[in-house]
Amino acid sequence: MIELQAIQRDFNVGDQTIHALQQINLTISQGEYVSIMGPSGSGKSTLLNVIGLLDRPSSGTYTLDQAEITALSDDERADIRQHKIGFIFQFFQLLPRLTAQENVELPMLLAGTAPFVRQQRARKVLQSLDILDRAGHRPDQLSGGQQQRVAIARATVMQPKVILADEPTGNLDRHSGREVIRILERLNGEGMSLIVVTHDPEVGQRAKRHIRMIDGKITHSD
Amino acid sequence: MLKLRDFIRLIVMAIFCHRLRAFLTMLCIAIGIAAVVLLTSIGEGIHRFVLSEFTQFGTNLIGINPGRATTVGASVGVFGAERPLTIDDAEALKRIANVEAVIPMVQGNAEIKAFGKSRRSTVYGVGAEFPTVFTFNVSAGRFLPDDDPLAPRAYAVLGYTLKNELFGTKSPLGQYIRIGGSRYRVIGTLESKGQVLGFDLDDAVYIPTQRSLAMFNRDSVMEIDLLYKEGANQQQIVGAIEKLIIARHGKMDVTITTQQQMLEILGSILNVLTFAVGALGGISLLVGGVGILTITTIAVRERTSEIGLYRALGARRIQILALFLGEAAILSGLGGVIGLAVGLLGGQLLQLIFPALPTHFSLFFTSLSVILAIIIGLIAGVLPAMHAAQLDPVTALRAE
Ligand SMILES: Nc1ncnc2c1ncn2[C@@H]1O[C@H](COP(=O)(O)OP(=O)(O)O)[C@@H](O)[C@H]1O
Ligand SMILES: [Mg+2]
Repeated sequence: MIELQAIQRDFNVGDQTIHALQQINLTISQGEYVSIMGPSGSGKSTLLNVIGLLDRPSSGTYTLDQAEITALSDDERADIRQHKIGFIFQFFQLLPRLTAQENVELPMLLAGTAPFVRQQRARKVLQSLDILDRAGHRPDQLSGGQQQRVAIARATVMQPKVILADEPTGNLDRHSGREVIRILERLNGEGMSLIVVTHDPEVGQRAKRHIRMIDGKITHSD
Repeated sequence: MLKLRDFIRLIVMAIFCHRLRAFLTMLCIAIGIAAVVLLTSIGEGIHRFVLSEFTQFGTNLIGINPGRATTVGASVGVFGAERPLTIDDAEALKRIANVEAVIPMVQGNAEIKAFGKSRRSTVYGVGAEFPTVFTFNVSAGRFLPDDDPLAPRAYAVLGYTLKNELFGTKSPLGQYIRIGGSRYRVIGTLESKGQVLGFDLDDAVYIPTQRSLAMFNRDSVMEIDLLYKEGANQQQIVGAIEKLIIARHGKMDVTITTQQQMLEILGSILNVLTFAVGALGGISLLVGGVGILTITTIAVRERTSEIGLYRALGARRIQILALFLGEAAILSGLGGVIGLAVGLLGGQLLQLIFPALPTHFSLFFTSLSVILAIIIGLIAGVLPAMHAAQLDPVTALRAE
């Protein structure tokens, strides 16, 4: 499903070039559960951003669902993000002025889904994540774990094929972290591919497939 | 694609979330608009006031002054070469078709004495038709009679102020007064005309032209005013006047100014005034625009990570652009409406406090300023909005 070939991502900082990704070759099938680990600055986030179409590789080819991605226009990439990819961030990225439910509705709102359908689906997802009772609360009225669950609801409400989580437990206590991981694993069990970037060995080990990165290169892949 | 209703909801929510900023943005535009509306309504008011002062004499007037003018108003006499403009000339002009009245005019200052009281006032040497031409009303007695213009009787008519100064509440009719040493009999008084463009037409005495020429030791009148029939061809009359002057003087040595020309010149001068005043308001509008630009720029910077999130959730660049532009448009539109209301109310208030200051609401300038406000708001919104749309999603998401 995801196929990266000779992916290179260079950043020009001043007159220096940083090779954040070097010759990355990686294939991930539909429904896989993959963890990406490695020291800070090794290129984990950059790799996730490339996979999530937020970032364009400097060179190499990327095929998603048999479609070549690197040549697509900005709008086409936005559409793929909308329908096929769900992002989960370390700092949740919830809009503070919206309620939990409104935050979950946001991707559907951007996609033009009718309000009634939107509300139904948002509530259903919130219920499945056990935070429906917090639907009317704003993010600052929720705990970190609850906020991340709202973020997961938002990432999955469009029923994407793949969930990309960048340090999803990095800002949570151990207990909330475990809960978030369990939820993600459950979604993986329902068929969504799950790629988790993490520092935490405990979290990383739970994945079925482990990838290690150092200095922009994959040094280990099951 | 994002539905219009949701689109507006997103914008309104963002505006509500940043109330202070939204308020400041609107304030910028509102002040500018209010300034334009207020200033142009004062400008328009003065414009109309001055024009109405002029047109109260009617618009079928033609003035004839000695000397050829280089530009209208300033007459430059060719030294010694021009023939004096005389009462005979005025008599001849009366015979032109469609001419209703002709008044040879002389103006000067003289000491006026009555019953031991004395006052220096303006003396106007005019003809019998003066009240008709300049729309004066006689309050008591009658105006100067239609005597032989070259040998008129020594009659005088008093202006409102002068009559009060010299006679108080007593009737001056039939009384004798001295004007510049000569004896005149008062046969009438005029109703108050007030100040017309700074000239006090009430503190004056009106006597026959021929007598004023002798009084001021002149052989020519200062001006001949001519009233023609309503609906007559002005061009034809001007042509006839020229022909007559050439026939009598041997060449065209006078300047003919029609009231219409006067009004046009005056109108264009006053337009410049209104425009200058409007430009002042425009500057404040521009300052408001800069304010909006600053505030929107800050808004985009503060909401960078939000933009990144929208992009991650699949929003296209054009949607981001539309969101921020929509915000700027709504804020400047609202600011415009508020400014309009304040400007109009301010105009009314000004009228209440200073009734003498003429104000007039100008639809043209007001609509212009509202359109300008929206354009300025959009321009000030476009730059930051474009910046927002061009943001790289990864960089945007990392901003905190
Ligand atoms: N926008 C950028 N501009 C310049 N350098 C960047 C940028 N993004 C990432 N990098 C660099 O690329 C490298 C990999 O970064 P990142 O993928 O964030 O690492 P990780 O997530 O593994 O900590 C780092 O050296 C980082 O400084
Ligand atoms: Mg990282």
